[in-house]
Amino acid sequence: MRRFTFHRLWAMVLKEFIQMKRDRLTFGMMVGIPLMQLMLFGFAINSDPKHLPTALRIADHGPFARTLVAALRTSGYFNLVTEAATEAEARRLLRLGDVQFVINIPEDFSRQLLRGERPTLLIEADATDPAATGPAISAVRAISDHVLDRDLVGPLARLRAKAGPIDFQIHAHYNPENLTPYNVVPGLMGVVLTMTMVVITALAITRERERGTMENLLATPVRPFEVMLGKIIPYIIVGYLQLTLILLAARVLFDVPMVGSLALIYAVSLLFIAANLAMGITFSTLAKNQLQAVQMAFFFFLPSILLSGFMFPFRGMPEWAQWVGSILPNTHFLRIVRGILLKGNGLAEIAPALWPLLAFLVVAMAVGVKRYRQTLD
Amino acid sequence: MSGSAYAIDVTGVTKRFGDKTVVNAIDLRVQRGEIYGFLGPNGSGKTTFIRMLCGLLTPDAGTGTCLGYDVRTQQADIKRHVGYMTQKFSYYEDLTLRENLDFIARLYDVPDRRAAVQRSLERLGLVNRSHQLAGELSGGWKQRLALAACLIHSPQLLLLDEPTAGVDPKARREFWDEIHRLADEGLTVLITTHYMDEAERCHRLAYLAYGNLLAHGTLADVLANGRLTTWTVTGPELITLAAALRGRAGVEQVVAFGTTLHVSGRDAAKLDAAVSAVRSPRHAWKKTSSSLEDVFISLMDQAKDNFA
Repeated sequence: MRRFTFHRLWAMVLKEFIQMKRDRLTFGMMVGIPLMQLMLFGFAINSDPKHLPTALRIADHGPFARTLVAALRTSGYFNLVTEAATEAEARRLLRLGDVQFVINIPEDFSRQLLRGERPTLLIEADATDPAATGPAISAVRAISDHVLDRDLVGPLARLRAKAGPIDFQIHAHYNPENLTPYNVVPGLMGVVLTMTMVVITALAITRERERGTMENLLATPVRPFEVMLGKIIPYIIVGYLQLTLILLAARVLFDVPMVGSLALIYAVSLLFIAANLAMGITFSTLAKNQLQAVQMAFFFFLPSILLSGFMFPFRGMPEWAQWVGSILPNTHFLRIVRGILLKGNGLAEIAPALWPLLAFLVVAMAVGVKRYRQTLD
Repeated sequence: MSGSAYAIDVTGVTKRFGDKTVVNAIDLRVQRGEIYGFLGPNGSGKTTFIRMLCGLLTPDAGTGTCLGYDVRTQQADIKRHVGYMTQKFSYYEDLTLRENLDFIARLYDVPDRRAAVQRSLERLGLVNRSHQLAGELSGGWKQRLALAACLIHSPQLLLLDEPTAGVDPKARREFWDEIHRLADEGLTVLITTHYMDEAERCHRLAYLAYGNLLAHGTLADVLANGRLTTWTVTGPELITLAAALRGRAGVEQVVAFGTTLHVSGRDAAKLDAAVSAVRSPRHAWKKTSSSLEDVFISLMDQAKDNFA
């Protein structure tokens, strides 16, 4: 009598599926959220912004200045939209936000260059958003060294930049072109699953309590473990659907490389999905109503996005933030998924990120089952 | 199951929430096949008591059995043989009637489930609505569904918590006819209600106030133990008369019923004295038997003095 039975579990699973089918809005959310996030993060967000509006204040129309401007334009970062006649006007354009950069080429630029006086080329940036200006500014540095090499010929060759004492070689592995979707799209798997899995399970159980159906369930012979598992199994399937959707999009829309084993991703995801579902269940045992359940889920969701390494580089965070991030399942799942997809990692390489997931699952599940009340005491 | 003649046999059952005693040392015996009415004002502990009987709550003190199973230790066995109908409708509004019944039947592992679901739909006249969502039903139909669902596993004891609240008189009467049919078949029913006419349809009654069992027995027992004397008056200007009666020694209740006034008190001699003081030929006075409601209100007033 006290033991787990399959028919009661099956009754719960069937019921959940019927309810899921009837609840169009939730079902729409489960499919809509991954699609929307894919579109937003995959297409709309770019960590390497190009074609930024730029004003030119040019007082020297010599060939060197022309070569320079042409080189800046071909770098793709600068979109020359206007010319500023005076310094005051240049300032105004920056202040209004009409341009991101002002490039100042002084009057005697060519003359000073020929005299070997190292003329100053001033680039002013609206640096309120460092992410917008950073990549462009590094591009300028790369350009400036050799841009004039072709013009500095014959006797002028002595003005060319000399090679430094060290030859730096940089190989950007796994994503040499620095494409944002390679990083973001695999990361979305963790974010989407965290968002939907935690909220949906937290709601599914709190709803039973809010509508009074829990009292009825408690009065039947169904066991707590059967109720929980019955709630979890349908959403594991939903989680796999979402995962598949994102992987398909990664392949078809974003051309994300898939170097490693997809089977390994599917296998590891079970652990991650279960960890989030267990978290949702724990929230549902703490929440008094559905609103509270959603609020709690948000408390979990925000750090999962911000501290996991999805939005910002994990190693760039202060130590305490890294410590908090290391508790969250999403942090480890991101490493696993990016590792498998982009680097072709196998089980041995991802193992260090697996056990924290397992630990989280065990703790969340234990708290959830312990807090789930079988009687109303 | 023990061969005991009692479906419910508990003594000293107590439940506290914090430092508030919600159910205070209640002794109760309900015979198999009996319809037992549970009455009392809101918050008197009826629901808490029922929840202890069906294994949802564990009593803080007291012992006893429900269908022969210990109410403290064999809650899982009790759940299998008891049908509990909650005060609030507690089936799934986004499931159809059939899906709801099918779900409950699966949870109890009812043998030959499909046939059992079909039988219970037929018995309560729900077949034509079996594909309707439970949330679309009116109060009366929801109550039928709830009854069908808590009968699906053929329980031996039904615990019904205010099943007829908000149900129209005709549906109420049909519900009670069904309850009597079930009792005839040997089912024991414990039912809470606020309606006096329903109380009178029970084999036995108990009256609860502030967690204490104040009276129990058959209708006649309860009326006799109330020791209440009641006069009825008809005539003109009853409101003035009522004002004159209230506050006199021996007069405990003055209640208007349409064109008659009921005047009751526990001390017959004092009440008679009070009545003679205001009596005039303009009104017709008659001594009658007290109604159940008079007795309950009197009990509640006493309880307020003793416990509240």
